[in-house]
Amino acid sequence: MSQSTSDTNLDVASVVEDVNLRRIGHYTLIVLFLGFFLLPLVTGIMTALKTNQAIARTVPFMPPLGEGFTLENLEYAFDRLSSGFFNSLLMAIPATIINVLLASMAAFGLTMVKWRGQLGILVLFLIGIFVPYQAVLVPLARFWNNTFPLADMLSPLFVTVPLLQGYHADLVPLIITHVAYGIPICMILFRSYYQSLPNSLVEAAKIDGASVTKIYRRIILPISKPMFGVVFIYQFTQIYNEFLFSFTLISSANSPESPVTLIIPAIGTSTSGIDFGIRMSAAFLAALPTIILYVAFAEQFAKGLETESA
Amino acid sequence: MATHDTTETTDSTTGATEEAVDWKTKLRYFLNSDFVRSSPYWGIPFLLMGFAVYGGIGYNLAVSFTDYAGIGRPEFTDLNLEMYRTALADESFRQAAFQNFVLLVGFTSISLGLGLFLAVLIDHGIRYRETIQTIYLLPMALSFVVTAQLWLWMYSSGDNGVLNVFVTTLGFESINWLGNPRLALAAVIFALVWQFSGYAMVVFLAGLQSLPSDQFEAAKVDGASPTKTYLRIIIPQLKQASVGAAVVLMLFALKAFDFLYAISGDYRPPNGTDILATLMVREAFQYGQWAYGAAIATLLLLLSLAVIAPYLVFQYRQGSL
Repeated sequence: MSQSTSDTNLDVASVVEDVNLRRIGHYTLIVLFLGFFLLPLVTGIMTALKTNQAIARTVPFMPPLGEGFTLENLEYAFDRLSSGFFNSLLMAIPATIINVLLASMAAFGLTMVKWRGQLGILVLFLIGIFVPYQAVLVPLARFWNNTFPLADMLSPLFVTVPLLQGYHADLVPLIITHVAYGIPICMILFRSYYQSLPNSLVEAAKIDGASVTKIYRRIILPISKPMFGVVFIYQFTQIYNEFLFSFTLISSANSPESPVTLIIPAIGTSTSGIDFGIRMSAAFLAALPTIILYVAFAEQFAKGLETESA
Repeated sequence: MATHDTTETTDSTTGATEEAVDWKTKLRYFLNSDFVRSSPYWGIPFLLMGFAVYGGIGYNLAVSFTDYAGIGRPEFTDLNLEMYRTALADESFRQAAFQNFVLLVGFTSISLGLGLFLAVLIDHGIRYRETIQTIYLLPMALSFVVTAQLWLWMYSSGDNGVLNVFVTTLGFESINWLGNPRLALAAVIFALVWQFSGYAMVVFLAGLQSLPSDQFEAAKVDGASPTKTYLRIIIPQLKQASVGAAVVLMLFALKAFDFLYAISGDYRPPNGTDILATLMVREAFQYGQWAYGAAIATLLLLLSLAVIAPYLVFQYRQGSL
């Protein structure tokens, strides 16, 4: 850390003196918090890899040793979850792609082009981010079950598609629902990015006579590639992790079209209580896709969160 | 616009045709305006979102004025406030509302405080900063459902439940964390803080990094201590970041249904942790009391709006809308 006061590019921290003793305390605190954030994860993984006897006898955060080690829990959980994985991905991937595209279009229409009354529309989008899902559950359930039973209409069609079954049609209403409710937040993420672009970019194109469509396709789309990555990762995680909509529209964890989030709370339960070996295995397997995505793209993930609250 | 003005002022003798031209020009101007040209871009997403969000809210409101219990169609006739009266008179509603309030305030303030602390802790020139930040934020990548399973094991009431291992090692009796109504809500808040304080940290870090450095230098020249510099100069400037993070955290708290459902594996969350969201889903989807559920949902929505409205006004005043 630079200590010279002549350095013009001082950051906040370098102004604050670091005495050695303070430095040790500082690192101790950091390590303590590492423990705080990692403990539930570590105990979870350890428990997932232990036999039931080992879970009952050993300390939860100790690694499974010798005979206490087993992969049976993971195998069992994977068996129970595999269809759920397929359903979750079948739902989350198309939903995220449509969502991100529509959101980028909306953000473009509300930032790069100026017109009166824009603020009103924008506020309606903003409120849309914050509406608690409970406030739309009753209409949602009625709409997809009674008013417009899209799944029933589509299911004969789905049988003809390879790899898919009739019941996968139930995921279509879920996809549309996720897209509709995901648009506001993704729109705001794109908007904050578009606002940071120089105004001259669009102005110059306009003077050259480029149409709105041309500006979007030729200038905005290519330039927003990095933001597409950020929003995609953010929104994929959100939709993959979502529970309430699936719960409302599919309701039973035993339905063949249940996504993983719906299955986990129902796994490894017996009359004698919860089998934590199986439950932890299920939790980790289910979280694996988002954890991998997160570790690989931590920066993009953090960027999405930063802009969310700005 | 200029040609438009001249056509209007040139003549009034040939009124009819001139007016027609004028009308056509106006239409052409309108069709060529940025508003119309850009409307497919924002209009299509807006219609989809608007139908889902505002249509949904409207329908929910209409159902909340009926006594619909899941059979046939809900018949909306007049402003029947029966369900709202039932809610306000219901002991379990009041309890859920109170617990909701405790969760909202407790979770938000602790997460904000811890997030700020972590951000300041990390913002120094420490080693492995990126890695540490990634680990602090890792729980954010998990779903409520997964977090609930991890903490179910942490709070497991048996002697080998994770936290109870610590408790018994220290020589105390093992504690039934989620079974004790006095502890359960605090336990839930603690688990949620574990999942979301990293989020507050990231927001504060971004805020800290956006501050100009010259004023800290000035503070140092003036001989201000690091603590004083943080308390007097740095933290007050994080207002924008705090407000944004607080709003998002509060809405997480209002949505904590997923977590509570997953931790109990049922409609009924552990003792003393019922909140409006869980009450609503239980009434509507377990008991089929759709109208009552809709009324609770409306009250929950009002609560959210009470959080959002000041935030929107604040953002507007800051010029960031």
